[in-house]
Amino acid sequence: MPNSPEISISRRGVLAGSAASAVIAATTAGAAQRAAPATLAPLPAPAPQPMPVSLTVNGKVQRLSLDPRTTLLDALREHLHLTGTKKGCDHGQCGACTVMVEGVRINSCLSLAVMHEGDTITTIEGLGTPDKLHPMQAAFVKHDGYQCGYCTPGQICSAVAVLDEIKRGVPSHVSVSLTDHPQATNIEMRERMSGNICRCGAYSNIAEAMAEIAGENA
Amino acid sequence: MKFDTPAGTNPIDRMKVVGKPLDRIDGPAKTTGMAPYAYEHHREAPNAAYGYIVGAAIAKGRISSMNVADAKAAPGVLAVVTASEAGKLGKGKYNTAKLLGGPEIDHYHQAIAVVVAETFEQARAAAGLVRVSYARATGRFDLEEALKTAPLASGSQDTPPKPDRVGDFEQAFAAAPVKLDARYTTPDHSHAMMEPFASIAAWEGDRLNVWTSNQMIDWGRTDLATTLGMPKEKIRFMSPYVGGGFGGKLFLRTDAVMAALGAKAAGRPVKVAMSRPFLMNNTTHRPATRQRIRIGANRDGKITAIAHESGSGDLPNGRPETAVTQTRLLYAGANRLTSLRLAVLDLPEGNSMRAPGEAPGMMALEVAMDEMAETLGLDPVEFRIRNDTQVDPAKPERRFSQRNLVRCLREGADRFGWTRRNAQPAQVSDGRWLVGMGVAAAFRNHVSLPSGARVRLGQDGIVTVETDMTDIGTGSYTIIAQTAAEMMGLPIERVVVKLGDSSFPVSSGSGGQFGAGSSTSGVYAACVKLRDAVAQRLGYSSADAVFDGGKVRSGNRSTDLAEAARAGELVVEDTMEWGDLDKTYQQSTFGAHFVEVGVDRFTGMIRIRRMLAVAEAGRILNPKSARSQMIGAMTMGVGGALMEELAVDKRFGFFVNHDLAGYEVPVHADIPHQEVIFLEEVDPTVSPMKAKGIGELGLCGVGAAVANAVYNATGVRVRDYPVTLDKHLDRLPAVA
Ligand code: FES
Ligand code: FES
Repeated sequence: MPNSPEISISRRGVLAGSAASAVIAATTAGAAQRAAPATLAPLPAPAPQPMPVSLTVNGKVQRLSLDPRTTLLDALREHLHLTGTKKGCDHGQCGACTVMVEGVRINSCLSLAVMHEGDTITTIEGLGTPDKLHPMQAAFVKHDGYQCGYCTPGQICSAVAVLDEIKRGVPSHVSVSLTDHPQATNIEMRERMSGNICRCGAYSNIAEAMAEIAGENA
Repeated sequence: MKFDTPAGTNPIDRMKVVGKPLDRIDGPAKTTGMAPYAYEHHREAPNAAYGYIVGAAIAKGRISSMNVADAKAAPGVLAVVTASEAGKLGKGKYNTAKLLGGPEIDHYHQAIAVVVAETFEQARAAAGLVRVSYARATGRFDLEEALKTAPLASGSQDTPPKPDRVGDFEQAFAAAPVKLDARYTTPDHSHAMMEPFASIAAWEGDRLNVWTSNQMIDWGRTDLATTLGMPKEKIRFMSPYVGGGFGGKLFLRTDAVMAALGAKAAGRPVKVAMSRPFLMNNTTHRPATRQRIRIGANRDGKITAIAHESGSGDLPNGRPETAVTQTRLLYAGANRLTSLRLAVLDLPEGNSMRAPGEAPGMMALEVAMDEMAETLGLDPVEFRIRNDTQVDPAKPERRFSQRNLVRCLREGADRFGWTRRNAQPAQVSDGRWLVGMGVAAAFRNHVSLPSGARVRLGQDGIVTVETDMTDIGTGSYTIIAQTAAEMMGLPIERVVVKLGDSSFPVSSGSGGQFGAGSSTSGVYAACVKLRDAVAQRLGYSSADAVFDGGKVRSGNRSTDLAEAARAGELVVEDTMEWGDLDKTYQQSTFGAHFVEVGVDRFTGMIRIRRMLAVAEAGRILNPKSARSQMIGAMTMGVGGALMEELAVDKRFGFFVNHDLAGYEVPVHADIPHQEVIFLEEVDPTVSPMKAKGIGELGLCGVGAAVANAVYNATGVRVRDYPVTLDKHLDRLPAVA
């Protein structure tokens, strides 16, 4: 492969590379190219066998038999058809998949379903329904705390869990003290919500929806 | 209906429903997870198999061989489709690069295969078994380098690729006593909408149903038909909910094509979602720009010469980023020059992203205005006011239909406490923070597109609106319901809105901030017809029938609206078409952005402290959802100003930070409370709704207001976006 750019990557180049991931991606691309002989077959992986798992989702016991690679997110969306929980990135980078497991919020895309045997899970569908909205859902509607709506279930699950974290005294990065009880201030809530991206940019309104509910609970 | 003379008084002017800050009618569905997005139509397409896309690992060259045998033999796999299996495919009118590559590769992560399996996990695993070897060709990935020889380009097909000139810029600039000549850069941006591109395809014989996530139903349907080589009448294309688009979903993308091909090969419905790390190089982005701005002015602050030149790159036969458009119209000045250059790059396809042209253009122009004001010793609000124009500077006989930029600036300055700003930078501090304020004008043209709707009056007295318009978070469901309710004299609860389905009349779709004004005008037209039909059924003269409170009145007669449908549902359809009022008048939207930032004097970290926008866009159909459009755009503007940048790997030709961890967008902690004020206006020259778009206006200029605020805080001017701390840290005021 004459003149192929990857040959010119020296160690110095690697070290000086401004974006390390660029170098890694580049060399991987190069490696794929060198490993080109299409005859070189990979080792066949054994087919994963389904595993049983039982979850309590929104108060209902669900017994599933799942490919062990199935994330909790895909178990909810693709197997239980609870599509209110969204997949924005599948990599723990956006918060769209936030659900509550045993009352604590997690990114369900970062967790395999089979890790949750016996767990109690609450999704957006478990908080309220269009006819009987959870107070946080109603506050989002009132304050227009959403636009496209795709991040919204994750925001709402996070918002409910955040207020509970504050109530339980869990400190955050912006808490003034690790021992004093944190308050549901604007900055405290914004910090804790920062794992939930809203590209539509409804943040200012979400903060108002949360403040209303935090105020009621205070 | 054709709109060719300015609107007189009409039922919308009653503003009983329109203009009210009503909650969105789709709110309960969205907040409870009941609104179905593209990948979630398991009821309509049960038993769907899963498709996983394989992307090219090179930016340019050819596939020399491809081994799909292992993938085909993998557990659960139903089909593997590559270009050679797919047969001849067309290319959609709105696509620059092919949506299924091979053997030629046009850009990194161009789709080259789809693997279909029983489950998502099986499809993903099998996709990893597709072995490809490539013959890489030399690509052009360096914008700076490519622009050195790039030809002039034109922003539209109707104008030749040459500079746009008024008067004699060079002479006037040379003679100007006060001058600015500065260069600005903006990087490639990613739409990064939260819902990844996704489609479900299901064939019924030779008919194809597609649930997808697309802003423009008819464009998508037409381009899918072209791509697959089939009549578009046989495709039903549906996007009832779209999880954000920002221009990225204006066009057909490969998820829909791969789902259709995969479903055909597998003989059952197939669902395909792009993975996040794949979609940023596979789909489109806002192209980077290199801009040069020159402004010449008299000492009194009157601009005499203004030039804005911009260069960008795209794939062969691509389009320039029209970053100079606003400079033709925003400020007065007798001598003007704007031009575009377009370099050929082999990076992924550049295309529209929210406020294409103006977003990066205003990021530069409005910093240049700030710099020029400082050189002149003028307040930047005052400098802009002095250069206001009420006419198109190139055609003084052509007036702006409405232009209250000055009011936006004045009211904003007032509300924001602008007088507290210290014109001398780096003078104000608050503890460890250097504090600064910045201002920028907002400007974006208004556009109308033909838009159709069908309305039904049911026997139950419910009015149902059907149009292929989309709601991408913009509030279409709600403002369309408000429009129909106002026209028919009903409360909003008695209107049902159905959107995003190609079996409904073709609408404007969502983009270019044309959606709200155009689609509600289409509904207006259909409702005028429905009112006629109702009057006729009831034996009233439609000229004097009044629709109000669920009743129809004429003289001293009054009947329930539902009565008109007693003998059977009334169904009518119409399309709003547009005359040439947009030629007679320059129709634009205006605003002013005010931002206060704090810059950590030790680390250079930048935080937004306050934001205010004042906007003028004709009638505001729903102040609640319109305000959300504004704050959302302001948030995206903060992203562009402070963090967003697709990093180009110039050796291998791809965007390195192609996921949401690497491509940073604003999060909750970055955005304080935002304030928005709308001027109470109506613009009768644009439509019977008298409303203009707002969705992009909010983004235009806000990035510059942030950058200007940072400069006011630090005294360090950064002209290369994003304004990150490494670009000013070494020049920050000394810490005592
Ligand atoms: S989908 Fe789980 S964090 Fe994005
Ligand atoms: S509402 Fe669209 S991403 Fe948050």
